[in-house]
Amino acid sequence: MTLANHPPGAPDMTALKARALNLRRKMMRMAAGKGEGYIAQGLAIADCLAVLYFHEMRHDSAAPDWPDRDRFLLSTGHYSIALYAALAEAGYLDEDALASYGLNGSALPMSTFDETPGVEIVGGSLGHGLGQAVGMAMGLKLGGSPARVFCEFSDGELQEGSTWEAAMGGATFKCDNLVALVDCNGIQADGPVTVAIEPVADKMAAFGWDAVDVNGNDISALTEALAGARKPDGRPKAIVMRTTPGFGVPTIMARERAHFVRVANDEWDSLQVELEKENA
Amino acid sequence: MLEQDGSIGNRTRGMGEIVEVEGKTTELAPFGITLAALARERPEIVGLTADMGRYSDILPFRDAHPDRFFNVGMAEQSLIMIAAGLSKVGKIAYCTTYSVFITRRAYDFVAIACAHSKANVKIFAGMPGLVNGYGATHQATEDLNMMRGIADLTIIDPCDATELKQVVRAVADIPGTVYVRNLRGKVPVELGPDYRFEVGKAKQLRAGSGKIGIVATGYMSARALDAAKAVEAKGHDVGVLHVSTIKPFDAAGVLDFARRHERLIVAENHKTTGGLASLVVETLYEAGIQMPLIKIGLDDGFFECGSQDYLERKYQVDQPRFERAILEDR
Repeated sequence: MTLANHPPGAPDMTALKARALNLRRKMMRMAAGKGEGYIAQGLAIADCLAVLYFHEMRHDSAAPDWPDRDRFLLSTGHYSIALYAALAEAGYLDEDALASYGLNGSALPMSTFDETPGVEIVGGSLGHGLGQAVGMAMGLKLGGSPARVFCEFSDGELQEGSTWEAAMGGATFKCDNLVALVDCNGIQADGPVTVAIEPVADKMAAFGWDAVDVNGNDISALTEALAGARKPDGRPKAIVMRTTPGFGVPTIMARERAHFVRVANDEWDSLQVELEKENA
Repeated sequence: MLEQDGSIGNRTRGMGEIVEVEGKTTELAPFGITLAALARERPEIVGLTADMGRYSDILPFRDAHPDRFFNVGMAEQSLIMIAAGLSKVGKIAYCTTYSVFITRRAYDFVAIACAHSKANVKIFAGMPGLVNGYGATHQATEDLNMMRGIADLTIIDPCDATELKQVVRAVADIPGTVYVRNLRGKVPVELGPDYRFEVGKAKQLRAGSGKIGIVATGYMSARALDAAKAVEAKGHDVGVLHVSTIKPFDAAGVLDFARRHERLIVAENHKTTGGLASLVVETLYEAGIQMPLIKIGLDDGFFECGSQDYLERKYQVDQPRFERAILEDR
């Protein structure tokens, strides 16, 4: 076995930035010509996934079913483009397979199924991730496993009652091996988030979680928050990540904040040039 | 109407009240006692409830294995999500609450978090059908209909304590998610010691003359046996087929039984739409069989509060209803 990130050393910011750029490159290639879509949300969580897969999580792409692996749950299954990019970068998926993303009959469907190597849950029915993460964290503790569970979910999912049931569960069962990564990008299906969900970190704290609020596109802030989340103090951890949809590609960032960004077929080449320029 | 302890009998039963079953041998808490014993052999078993431990008979498991028991509170979505999560790290998660709350409130979670992932979650859903006296809010009279719609879900409606105990053990080895209609309290022993539950297999409990056959599920199969016995003296020899697995449905077994009888009575502790009767009619029709068939079950509606015997009488799913179907063909 070749364990990644065990134990996590000091973060190598240059390497992590390069990983995040690679994830964004992969996503742009996967999305090109597909008119889509979830590229804005995907680009926004690239930094988080780079830090998880290449710094914080103990895992081994040669052994995706290793019982003591750290788990990553993508509750927003439609952000699959970002997860597939991370899984390819980490060696779980064949780079060539990425081209089939979202195509009919593809093993990399638009919304995640757990048959895909490295994908832990069927995501996309929103409000399903955190509760399953709580169950996994409980089961791992019960079995004496050192594994931890990292669960991404979105600000929109804070409107699902099940998310708050899960938040109560995480605190009740003292899941200090669980880290919630709340992707607050300010958008949901019908447009900007309009339901009063703030203050998110205070709400999580009131539910018994150790919560911090960070810039989710700042790799240094993310590594610091994740380091703080390692405390075995009986409390589950929440990292509220303020992310910018389309981060890394100014034209997409500037586009109307919509759940499903429209990109014309002739725009992709110039957008990829933008990404390279932005990260030069 | 006073009971032995001096209390009024003609009333809605209290939550968790253990009702005496007259004229039957019973076993107390067969679900929880069997699960506690099984979990001694199977360390991967965990037990959960959503604030219904006392009312679902899981307390013997809690008392035997407190470190493996979790009460998630009054939160059925959480119950199913946590059970799914536990199963995805290698546990077999038995979870309990009332059928209505699992089916009506947590449906999406049973479908996607559990069944879609073939998660080892075993749902023991309490108070199915008219068992609960608290009215429509607590009576799962369409649960079979709802759960049949979920792919990769096994659905079992056991007859009695004998079968329930076997089911508790069997589901540990049935891969994926299983929905069981649980029976609690003093559960009658109706089936003989030779009875063997097999998932997906209907069992003929009584051979008849071939004129009238009853196809039943859950405890209605015991009612059918009692009715068959009661009409014996009147010259009727009724066959009884017990279909405890609703999904996957034993179409071949039902067709074989139907072909050996002139007319059928189908009985279930459920509405007559979407459950066993619908399955039997679909199966017969697709096989090109047309035959007289009477449905014993609940009409569409929301049902009132009251004791089980009162409700069964009122809504015509009691013992005399069977005898009328047999003797009067209506």
